[in-house]
Amino acid sequence: MEQEQKHPAVRALAAAFPHTIPVLTGFLVLGIAYGMLMQKKGYDVQWSVLMSAVAFCGSMQFVAITLLTTVFHPLQAFLLSVLVNARHLFYGLSMLEKYKGFGKVKALLIYTLCDETFSIVSSASPPEGVDRQSFYLSISLLDYFYWVFGTFLGGVAGKLIPFNTKGLDFALTALFVVLFLEQMKKPENRVLGLIGIGATVLGLALFGADQFVLPSMGLLLVVLLAGRKLLCR
Amino acid sequence: MPLTPAETILTILAVALGAMATRFTPFLLFPENRQPPETISYLGRVLPPAMIGFLVVYCFKGVSVTLSPYGIPELISIVFIILLHRWKGNVLLSIAGGTAVYMFLVQTIFVA
Repeated sequence: MEQEQKHPAVRALAAAFPHTIPVLTGFLVLGIAYGMLMQKKGYDVQWSVLMSAVAFCGSMQFVAITLLTTVFHPLQAFLLSVLVNARHLFYGLSMLEKYKGFGKVKALLIYTLCDETFSIVSSASPPEGVDRQSFYLSISLLDYFYWVFGTFLGGVAGKLIPFNTKGLDFALTALFVVLFLEQMKKPENRVLGLIGIGATVLGLALFGADQFVLPSMGLLLVVLLAGRKLLCR
Repeated sequence: MPLTPAETILTILAVALGAMATRFTPFLLFPENRQPPETISYLGRVLPPAMIGFLVVYCFKGVSVTLSPYGIPELISIVFIILLHRWKGNVLLSIAGGTAVYMFLVQTIFVA
C-alpha cells in the first residue's frame, strides 16, 4: 500500500537502484583511481570532476590523461576520443527502439549512454507499475552520478581509503559476465552472444589490445549482416 | 598542471565532443519520425547480446595469457561466477561473489 503513495519518480529510482549496485562499486573505485591519477599529474579535483561530468567516458578519460600532459592538440583529442568510443555507435543502434518517444529526456539518456548503462538497460525491464522512461533515466543518472562522485572522492581524499581495494573494479567485469549469462537464457540470443565473443576475440588476436575495437566491430557487423537470413528466424 | 586552464578546458571539450559524436550519431541518422531501414532495425535487435559478449572480452583485453599470472585469477573468478549463477541465479549475488573471489585471489595468492 505504501508503495502506491510514493511519487512515481521515487518508485522508479527505487526499482532502478538494485540494478546499478555493481556499477556503484566499480565506478566509485575507478572514479577514485581516476581522480587520484589526475591529482598526481597536477590536475586538481575541479579538473577531474569537470572531465568526468562533461565527457563521461571512462576508458577514454584515462587515455586523455596522456593528452593533458603533452602538447595541446584538441583535434587529436577529438579524433582519439571518436576512435576509443566507437563502440557507442552500436549502443545507439540498439537503443533506437527502446528510447523512442521519450521527448526531451532522450538527449539526457543518450548523453549518459555508457557501457554499463547500455548493458543494464538492454537486459533489465521496469517492474510493473514503474514508468519505463523514469526507470531508464534513473539507471542512467545513477551511473552518471557514481562516476562523477567517485572522481570527486579520488580528487579530494583518494589516499584516505582505509582498506585494500585492489581487484574491486572487477565488479564491472562481473557485471558484464552475469548480464551475458542472463542474455544466454533466451535461446534466440545464444548464437548472437557467441558471435559477439568470437568476433571480438578474433579481432583481439589479430590486431592486439590497442587496435582491436574497430576491426572487431567491423567483423561483428559483417557476420551479423551476412548471417541475417539464418539469424532472423 | 602542464596545460593552461584554457587549453585544459578545450581538451576536455574535444574529448567530450568525440564521445558524444559516437553516442548521438545513430539517433541523428535515424530520427524517430522516420522508419529506419530494415537493416538498421535488424541490427538494433541482434546487437545487444552480441555487444555484451564484446564487453566481456573488452574487459579482458589487458590480461596476458603468456605472462604470469596467465589470466588465472580471471579464469577462476569467471568459472566461479558461472557456477554460482547456475546455482542461485541471483544477479547481484553472482557479481558480489565473483568480485570477492577475484579480490581474494589478487590480494593474497597472485600478488604481483
